[in-house]
Amino acid sequence: MLSIDALHVTYGGAVQAVRGVSMEVPDGKVVAVLGSNGAGKTTLLRTISGTLRLHRGKIESGSVRFDGAELGSRDPAQTVRMGLVQVPEGRRIFGRLTVEENLRAGGMGSRDKAAKAKAQDRVYEMFPVLKERSAQRGALLSGGEQQMLAIGRALMASPRLLLLDEPSLGLAPRIIGQIGDVIAEINRQGTSVLLVEQNATMALGVADLAYVLDVGEVSLSGDARELARTDEVQRLYLGHDSDQPQKRSAAVSGKTLSRWKQ
Amino acid sequence: MTQFLSLLLNGISLGAIYALIALGFVIIFKASEVVSFTHGSLLLLGAYSIARLSEPLGFFLGAVVGVAITALAALAIERLIINRLRGAPVISLAIVTIGVDIILLTELIRRIGSDILNVPHPWGGGSFRIGDVGISQNRLIATIVAGVLIALFFAAFKYSSWGVSMRASAEDGETAALMGIRLGRVSALAWVVAGALAGVAALFLVGSPTPGVSPTVYTVALRAFPAAILGGLDSTGGALVGGLLIGMAESFAAGYQDQLLFLGRGFGDVVPYIVMIAVLLVRPSGLFGTKELTRV
Repeated sequence: MLSIDALHVTYGGAVQAVRGVSMEVPDGKVVAVLGSNGAGKTTLLRTISGTLRLHRGKIESGSVRFDGAELGSRDPAQTVRMGLVQVPEGRRIFGRLTVEENLRAGGMGSRDKAAKAKAQDRVYEMFPVLKERSAQRGALLSGGEQQMLAIGRALMASPRLLLLDEPSLGLAPRIIGQIGDVIAEINRQGTSVLLVEQNATMALGVADLAYVLDVGEVSLSGDARELARTDEVQRLYLGHDSDQPQKRSAAVSGKTLSRWKQ
Repeated sequence: MTQFLSLLLNGISLGAIYALIALGFVIIFKASEVVSFTHGSLLLLGAYSIARLSEPLGFFLGAVVGVAITALAALAIERLIINRLRGAPVISLAIVTIGVDIILLTELIRRIGSDILNVPHPWGGGSFRIGDVGISQNRLIATIVAGVLIALFFAAFKYSSWGVSMRASAEDGETAALMGIRLGRVSALAWVVAGALAGVAALFLVGSPTPGVSPTVYTVALRAFPAAILGGLDSTGGALVGGLLIGMAESFAAGYQDQLLFLGRGFGDVVPYIVMIAVLLVRPSGLFGTKELTRV
């Protein structure tokens, strides 16, 4: 469905953010991309969604294809109409717009009113709290609710492939678990998902396939469950330094601890 | 009391016209992140086109075509210049609009020359009176038309898809783009609306009690600018309140000139700026402006 081939991206002609990345998102699957800060995850998503130019980034070589069509030169609005929608990092909901207006904004890419009404029903069904708060300003929602709104807003365009940029960022472990469930449900309803995450526990729990990005290159890739068992992922992303079994919440803080030790 | 009511009524009518122009400033700023100084010459272009066209086409058709020309000129400025400079610093863009303004203004002044072009408003120069309180018919109609347009504008801004797209992209352009909103189109539409509002303002500005179309029409936009600033440059509601405030302040200062004589003659002309400075000293981002306009 989405296929990235030997992609090189630079910013300002100097900084190489992505160096020869190749990646496949098969139809109907959830694909996770793991990596620490500066690994090139966000750049990858910008290249796919067409916002690279807003950040003075440029595709040097390689290709990004969606159902065979080259995405490199398209603007974000065209990408959305092709069925590819991104939930930006940090949620970026419209704080001064009401919840309902946020959802309307999410549906602006298409003119199909029936499809939008159906999408809105689906969003309200998936996130009943958004319906309760539909007349409130987005800024008044809690962090978890804002992430639900950001996902719901993207679903308004009825995407075939949903791109998620660190949906767990800044959320409590319990909420992160809910986000994982939501992603699984969206996928079950027929939308493919490309999930970029630092929280490997959640990402590998929900994904079918996974890639690990390291300073702009793919260092590991394969089946998500197998990848979760490899030493490198255990050490770097799941925080299992020793053989001690750890709980999910401990894993989140463990990641930070290991970084400080280095 | 009569004088007070009279001045109040005239102030509101003048303020309604300022509000039309100030709304244009505000939506251009919201949609394109440009402080547009082109409004003075757009206003004059509107007035000039209406005056020239109302002779061959008749007043009403002339007015419609004149407003359309102003809107198209605004669109042309956006498409040919502003849109191509997307991402340039706000200051450079503002200077570019000053350049465009000077070019357009020079050409219009050349064409108008020393004449005062007349616009044959069918309602003429008569005035409307309730008891002793009077207002020129032109200004009364202006107030009604401006009121209707402003109400329509706010309804569209709140409820229409255009309004939602506009507010979403003003708040966070990149995210709006990610949602499939076409920023170029939002910006172009904002300029068209701003141009059309300026055209309508021009239509009424050149009627009674103003003598006709002369280059001084240009200075009216310079007074609508403080209206937009003091309301808060990114607030549509602020533009309306700011416009009315400036209109009334000017009207009162001119009307009570004799009592204000210690401040010197012609005090009414500087009042808009004094009000603006006074408001900004207390509220630096205007009455309804967002405190932090730039996000990190």
